[in-house]
Amino acid sequence: MALLTVQNLTVEFPTRRGTLRALDRVSFGIDTGEILGVVGESGAGKSLTGAAIIGLLEPPGRIAGGEIRLDGQRIDNLPPEPLRRIRGRSIGTIFQDPLTTLNPLLTIGRQLTETMQTHMRLSDAEARKKAIGWLEEVGIPAAARRIDAYPHEFSGGMRQRVVVALALCAEPRLVIADEPTTALDVSVQAQIITLLKRLTRDHGTAVMLVTHDMGVIGETADRVAVMYAGRIAEIGPVLNVIKHPAHPYTEGLMGSIPPIEHRVETLRQIDGAMPRLNAIPPGCAFNPRCPKAFDRCFVERPELLDAGATSAACWLHADRIVASHAGASHA
Amino acid sequence: MPEAPLPALVVATAPMLEAIEVSHSFDVSRPLLQRLLAREGRASLRAVDAVSFSIPRGTTLSLVGESGCGKSTVARLVVGLYTPSAGEIRFEGKPLSAARAQPDLRRRMNMIFQDPYASLNPRWRVHDIIAEPIRTFGIVRSAVEMRDRVGALLSQVGLAPADGDKYPHEFSGGQRQRISIARALSSEPEFLVCDEPTSALDVSVQAQILNLMRDLQTRLGLTYLFISHNLAVVRHMSDRLGVMYLGRIVELGPADEIFHAPRHPYTRLLLDAIPDLENPGRSRTPVGGEVPSPIAPPPGCPFHPRCPLANARCRVENPARTRAGDVVVACHAVEEGRTGP
Repeated sequence: MALLTVQNLTVEFPTRRGTLRALDRVSFGIDTGEILGVVGESGAGKSLTGAAIIGLLEPPGRIAGGEIRLDGQRIDNLPPEPLRRIRGRSIGTIFQDPLTTLNPLLTIGRQLTETMQTHMRLSDAEARKKAIGWLEEVGIPAAARRIDAYPHEFSGGMRQRVVVALALCAEPRLVIADEPTTALDVSVQAQIITLLKRLTRDHGTAVMLVTHDMGVIGETADRVAVMYAGRIAEIGPVLNVIKHPAHPYTEGLMGSIPPIEHRVETLRQIDGAMPRLNAIPPGCAFNPRCPKAFDRCFVERPELLDAGATSAACWLHADRIVASHAGASHA
Repeated sequence: MPEAPLPALVVATAPMLEAIEVSHSFDVSRPLLQRLLAREGRASLRAVDAVSFSIPRGTTLSLVGESGCGKSTVARLVVGLYTPSAGEIRFEGKPLSAARAQPDLRRRMNMIFQDPYASLNPRWRVHDIIAEPIRTFGIVRSAVEMRDRVGALLSQVGLAPADGDKYPHEFSGGQRQRISIARALSSEPEFLVCDEPTSALDVSVQAQILNLMRDLQTRLGLTYLFISHNLAVVRHMSDRLGVMYLGRIVELGPADEIFHAPRHPYTRLLLDAIPDLENPGRSRTPVGGEVPSPIAPPPGCPFHPRCPLANARCRVENPARTRAGDVVVACHAVEEGRTGP
């Protein structure tokens, strides 16, 4: 069974002009030790999915339907105190900006030991020793000395290493990394990604990696979920989604990334923009921009359908599901 | 007549823009009283250090580098928002300071900024935003003509002429960047400085804007100085490429050649550090270390603390630019043909 299962998760924001549905029946799972990439454009709902899982939705946003299970236990309806224990202990988080994640008034050692002692039974000396160990593990030089330094004394890349240590120090089962490398330069980005991959593999931690950067997903994730307008458009093994996308949106997204190997005359572009939450069209949310849309796409919303190696929420694959069901009934 | 116009042929081959050994320093001293108490002198940050390049008419030169390498400072120097501390920038052979004083020359260069949320006045209608440069340079007199002209500019960037009556907040990020481009084109410039024009945009919208910029370049014969940290975008846009590190251009040459056969160790490391979508799952070779502070740059070659090829000479002597084919490289190892420290 998957470590994390999200089933029909729906998040709504009540506003004066009506309720906005920011996540609409999102379902996926993450296995132990697996890295699931979640990719999409701004406003697609990828960060919101992460926030809903750790119970950090900004009010008035609320979970309006569906359920989230960690190790089989429902965590979406927990009271604040038990949820707080799960957050940090079972689920670690890494956010985009290391400067706002770290408390500028406390030494990084204090922040690490405090996190560990909140969740684990450790003496001060043990916690400090462990903290130094973590700093060494994330590649901070002279960790025994640097542990008493404040966040501002570190460079951006070093700070993000501290954030990685902070997320992993309570040995969580799942880490939610929301744009962990977006604020970093490309050379430092590679360092952090390599570090994150190595540590989560060594500790068997599952990762939900939220990013808009398909390149980062490509080299890091095992599977990827592509989100569009609060829904999952396609989900599947990363290689298949990148090389043989089944959803027209994924196809357009991949085509719009400038290739590095050679120069092309024009990039493939998806005309228009993602709909605002108050103007999501009926049927498939992508239908106004889809070059392959037909009648059914404008009236009926497609669920995730079997599209070979991946699953895609697209009616183009409707025949396949019929075929596979027929095959199953004959067998 | 001493001021006779140059023959068309000569103008066509002269570079549109030329930077000759341009440097720019910022004063980063602490306030006077604190300096006196601490008995320290003024401190300065050399953001751009003896940078030279030229951009032939109708082509794109891109400057690429990590944050703090000085690429945006170069952009601002080129449009005259900063004055160089040393060196000279020439626009069509004339010193920039002289060119900026002449409205008919100033009109011919413009800039597109990174953040379309910050660069458009939220209280102005789109029509007025685009019309401002036209009015300033007195290109069009009557209101009717102005309306036609703004409408034509909006259509040119893929918006509707009726969009002129709206305010910036009614547009998405990509549409706002189209408005910025329309404004930049309104004075009929020939030279555009684009400072990270797509880094605030989503990838599908980025593709729209990059396609539009390439298309406008072909149709209007524009010359671009393109600033970006994104190597894939730079690859797509550039004819020539300059790689910057700590205020210096470490490698400059035709983009194809640099991407296929990078010479400077920093360029190589930078290219190795990009995730490769053609081979997903491949692990990158991370570059060790980070860009040092430009306030206290390392002596010698500024890249030596991170360079796998650095030796004693690199630590003390700043490498001069050497030409290797069409490419200019500033590296002792490349010059000596060294492949190790």
